[in-house]
Amino acid sequence: MTPNVKVIVIRTAGTNCNEETAFAFSRLGAHVDQVHINALIAGTFKLSDYHILALPGGFSYGDDIASGRILANELRLKLAEEIKQFIRDGKLIIGICNGFQILAKAGILPGLGWKIGQETTLFYNDSAKFEARWVHLKVESRCVWTKGMPGQIYLPVAHGEGKFIPREKKVLDALTSNGQIVLRYCAPDGSKPAYPENPNGSTDDIAGICDTTGRVFGLMPHPERHFLFEQHPYWTRLKKTSDFGDGAKIFENGINYVKENL
Amino acid sequence: MIWRVEVKQKDGMLDPIGQSIARDIIDMGFGISQVRVVSVFLLEGTISREEVKRIGDELLVDPIVEQYSFDLKLPLQSVDHHVVEIAYNPGVMDPVEASTIKGIRDLGVAGISAVRTARQYHIYGRLTAKELESITARVLMNKLIQHVVADPSHVPTTLSITGASASKFDVMIVDLIGANDKKLLEISKSGQLYLNIDEMKAIQAHFKKEKRDPTDVELETIAQTWSEHCRHKTFRGVIRYREGKSGRPQIIRSLFKTTIAAVTLKLKKKWCISVFHDNAGVIAFDKDYHVCFKVETHNHPSALEPFGGANTGVGGVIRDTLGTGLAAKPLCNTDIFCFAPPDTPAADLPPGTLHPKRVMKGVVSGVRDYGNKMGIPTVNGAIVFDKHFAGNPLVFCGNIGLIPKGKEIKRVSRGDLIVAVGGRTGRDGIHGATFSSGELTSESETVSSGAVQIGNPIEEKKVQDALLKAREANLYSAITDCGAGGFSSAVGEMGEKTGARVDLDKAPLKYQGLKYHEIWISESQERMVMSVPPQNIEALLKIFEAENVEASVLGEFDGSGRLQLFFHGQQVADMDMSFLHDGLPQITKEAVYQKPKLRVIPAKAGIHTRYRPGQDLTESLCMALSHFNVASKESIIRIYDHEVQGTSVVKPLVGVATDGPSDAAVIRGRLDSKRGIAVSNGINVRYGMIDPFGMAASCIDEAIRQIIAVGGSLDRIALLDNFCWGNPDKPDRLGSLVRCAQGCYKAAVAFGTPFISGKDSLYNEYTQKGKSLAIPGTILISAIGIIDDVGKSVTMDFKKAGNSIYAIGTTFDELGGSVYLENLGQLGLHAPQVNFKMAVKTYKAVERATKAGLIASLHDCSEGGAAVALAEMAFAGGLGATVLSKKLPYKGKQGREDILLFSESNSRFIAEVSAGHEKALAKIFKGVPMARIGTVEASPEFVVYGLHDQPVINARIDELKEIWKAPLR
Repeated sequence: MTPNVKVIVIRTAGTNCNEETAFAFSRLGAHVDQVHINALIAGTFKLSDYHILALPGGFSYGDDIASGRILANELRLKLAEEIKQFIRDGKLIIGICNGFQILAKAGILPGLGWKIGQETTLFYNDSAKFEARWVHLKVESRCVWTKGMPGQIYLPVAHGEGKFIPREKKVLDALTSNGQIVLRYCAPDGSKPAYPENPNGSTDDIAGICDTTGRVFGLMPHPERHFLFEQHPYWTRLKKTSDFGDGAKIFENGINYVKENL
Repeated sequence: MIWRVEVKQKDGMLDPIGQSIARDIIDMGFGISQVRVVSVFLLEGTISREEVKRIGDELLVDPIVEQYSFDLKLPLQSVDHHVVEIAYNPGVMDPVEASTIKGIRDLGVAGISAVRTARQYHIYGRLTAKELESITARVLMNKLIQHVVADPSHVPTTLSITGASASKFDVMIVDLIGANDKKLLEISKSGQLYLNIDEMKAIQAHFKKEKRDPTDVELETIAQTWSEHCRHKTFRGVIRYREGKSGRPQIIRSLFKTTIAAVTLKLKKKWCISVFHDNAGVIAFDKDYHVCFKVETHNHPSALEPFGGANTGVGGVIRDTLGTGLAAKPLCNTDIFCFAPPDTPAADLPPGTLHPKRVMKGVVSGVRDYGNKMGIPTVNGAIVFDKHFAGNPLVFCGNIGLIPKGKEIKRVSRGDLIVAVGGRTGRDGIHGATFSSGELTSESETVSSGAVQIGNPIEEKKVQDALLKAREANLYSAITDCGAGGFSSAVGEMGEKTGARVDLDKAPLKYQGLKYHEIWISESQERMVMSVPPQNIEALLKIFEAENVEASVLGEFDGSGRLQLFFHGQQVADMDMSFLHDGLPQITKEAVYQKPKLRVIPAKAGIHTRYRPGQDLTESLCMALSHFNVASKESIIRIYDHEVQGTSVVKPLVGVATDGPSDAAVIRGRLDSKRGIAVSNGINVRYGMIDPFGMAASCIDEAIRQIIAVGGSLDRIALLDNFCWGNPDKPDRLGSLVRCAQGCYKAAVAFGTPFISGKDSLYNEYTQKGKSLAIPGTILISAIGIIDDVGKSVTMDFKKAGNSIYAIGTTFDELGGSVYLENLGQLGLHAPQVNFKMAVKTYKAVERATKAGLIASLHDCSEGGAAVALAEMAFAGGLGATVLSKKLPYKGKQGREDILLFSESNSRFIAEVSAGHEKALAKIFKGVPMARIGTVEASPEFVVYGLHDQPVINARIDELKEIWKAPLR
């Protein structure tokens, strides 16, 4: 009997996808606490008590200055040691949408080496607009979170700043050769996407990356919004074979990994 | 000292924001090549050069794409390169400032005391000074909230807004009891009290009894409590109503009670939990929860500053949800707008009004900003384009919330503390208030904070998070939002039965120098007032502190039955609560309803207003699909986050390419349950120009049939009314309003759908050529339905080639007010009516059919009639169709194809049914007009045959879709 899988979902002013993210984990059997960053910094809650850290979507601090910047600084300046230890302990981190922006801007992703420094960013969409739409994604790498997934999945995005940009070509090359590029936007038939199939103009159509361990995962699309079958935008045209949608596997993988390895 | 930091993108990087602004400028007809945007931060405090570098490196700049500088160099300007710097006016809230201060303190820089932001636009292209001025005014800023920084190189000496110390002050006494009628009206006018002579006299009589003159804040409180906005004097007063100038007068004692509320009273639905008296109407949802629904208008602020107006409109209606019962959790938004068409020539606009394109862009962005940032999906909406809204656009914001059973009841107890939570109080929303802000330009500056504000959705989200925690801990006994009238309204309402004592100096202020009456009536956003039993106060304050939300005890609901206000220990008001709430004299208003004189307008050259039998109607279909009211709203829907919270089941866009226009939206109430909520709206101003009674019935029918179309049930639908009308003191305006309210009564009773909440916005008039013109009387009916199993929802896209197409409901000779006639420059004579008995029968049959799983797709026929509904179903499903128009159930004299296809008769649907279900369907629809009219085709052809079996419409679905998508792309 494996121990209860414990998930901490961090929230702060402007976080707004915490409940559905918590729902996805708890629906699959994990124990989930939604914890304010203040309580984590104050030590009322401890990262070390959990197996999975989830940074959900939203507009932390209103995206003021830049999306994710202020919460990224809080993690970097006030919780760096705890987070490093969390990763060293073989535990899992997932950052969705604003959570991905935070992981990138705190330098936790792509985690090339142990230096925390910003190597990538998520900048304004080329369209200069907020984009709420469904995208086809190629699952390029089998990180812990995407193990056993089909080659192509369908998830929604909803962001104004999702254009993935690496600092320089060297970073992109490292990500590619390390197999850290997990998700790429694609056309419905899997071919090279055009706008709006790539909704933001991301370099190399990158939608999600992981660190070198494959345990820290950041992605702009929202797997928790295609967790249930009826969240699919045209489910009324489809035959129902499962209660779940494409995104559920990601949460299941996280939970299973903890059960098997921790 | 003050540091000025400028952040811009690294050379060679794309600047999407600049590009987007450049497109707007080029749209105006100016030949510019590009725009680059620079963010400016002014940082005040004891900060070293090293610290500024750190702030730049680690906070203000994204090192991958941006660079910054803090050694001020004046930008070089030339005839080809213009620099405009825009900043907010002092006192206008900019949430970035507070976030930046927090971010700087997180870096360990404690010396920061204030931050201001500005934006610098570098415009490349040859422009005259006048052209630049025009671009600045029309694209870059709104002078009501922003200004051009005259000299960016001049760094001010301080950023804080200073004002005279407020602790030394005189209480203003108004000479009232000795005043004559003329003086009374003068007092009303000069104090912007908007009270008439009868009301002023009632106040005078009251204070004569008290043997003293009132203070200024007492008068302000009465004016606010008795205002049309808070008191609904037109709907609750006496109306002498006549039909025709010589008609027999009929006395209506409260239009509200005799129409809207009478429906609910008559229907006695057990599932109506709390109606009309709270901030939103509450109905039962499941065994653990209720849901509440409210829709509000925010018209005037949106006309002046579209972004801020719509932004605070959304914020306001969300606070209604938070202030319902002991707080409901917001589930979704619905927003409805009325604008002039975006292609209106500037010369046709009333002077001083913003172009409808700009109004639309601002309003939509304002809704996006607030809804997305609060994480509330905007799942449904509508936009009505009509030239009459050029001077006075309408903005309706709605919100649905979820509240645990038992939490719908609030009761203030004697001795409870008055606690204000959320944003700070400033001069926002105080009419005509101007204040001197001093130091920014080292001259005193007049600031119009007036009616225009910008919201701070993150502040409201924090309030929501803290509030719901405090609710779960049962720490307070009542709550309401601060909307119009601010503390005056919130505390006055909550303390009606108990009385209240308030220390105004306890309210946290945005800046110093506010006078006591300003604090009391300020309409600053994101504030709520709660009543808290004293034993819970410590626990409550702790919860709010943990979420970084300010909470302050202002006073006590003291059981005195009086409203007593103090400022720095000195009493400034002492009023009898019962006079405040019951002292308003009854007013009688005159209303005359005159049927509009309608005529057929002579044809314009080149437009055939006369129908020729057998004529090809493909062009008519294309014109209907590209009519702004019908055309795809995808470009707007996609900037709203309509899926956050994960609850959406029937999204606003459906079909094989996720771009078909769905009817009602369906969401789950909770992620772990199949039970859902359907939401829809009915609005059509052109029907009202012909017949306001019929408009009300049509709008109710439309809202209901959209819910039926997604699988809802007539047994569980509740309605909201929103009346937007002209000046009700003018008998003709009030006459049509009465007719419309009567239509609401008739239709809602017939359908068995109670009203649970509503709102009215009157005095919607604008001036053109010296004449005061009213907007067309507009009723918005919003409907909410409870869905047993969201998994049985039906969408509007054709599913499978070979399936049968059915028309449900009868088509009549009702082209009046239709999109088809509008495209021909006509209004028409006969607007759609509702046959209530048949409509109810139809809806019950449709519900049985959807529950039995017999319907593959279903779409209601509304604007554009059956032809538009069929075309939308076809292209949403990526499938063609063959349709025989002569098979449509029809009752009428004219027997024309254009009527069959474009009449907007009510209570009709198009349904797709798969083979094998025909018999079961026929059984369910016994006695309901229904006919098989065609087949879904695999080929992409959309072909409709006329009365003599000749093709009258023949087009490809991809062409039709493109025509429908292009106008508002």
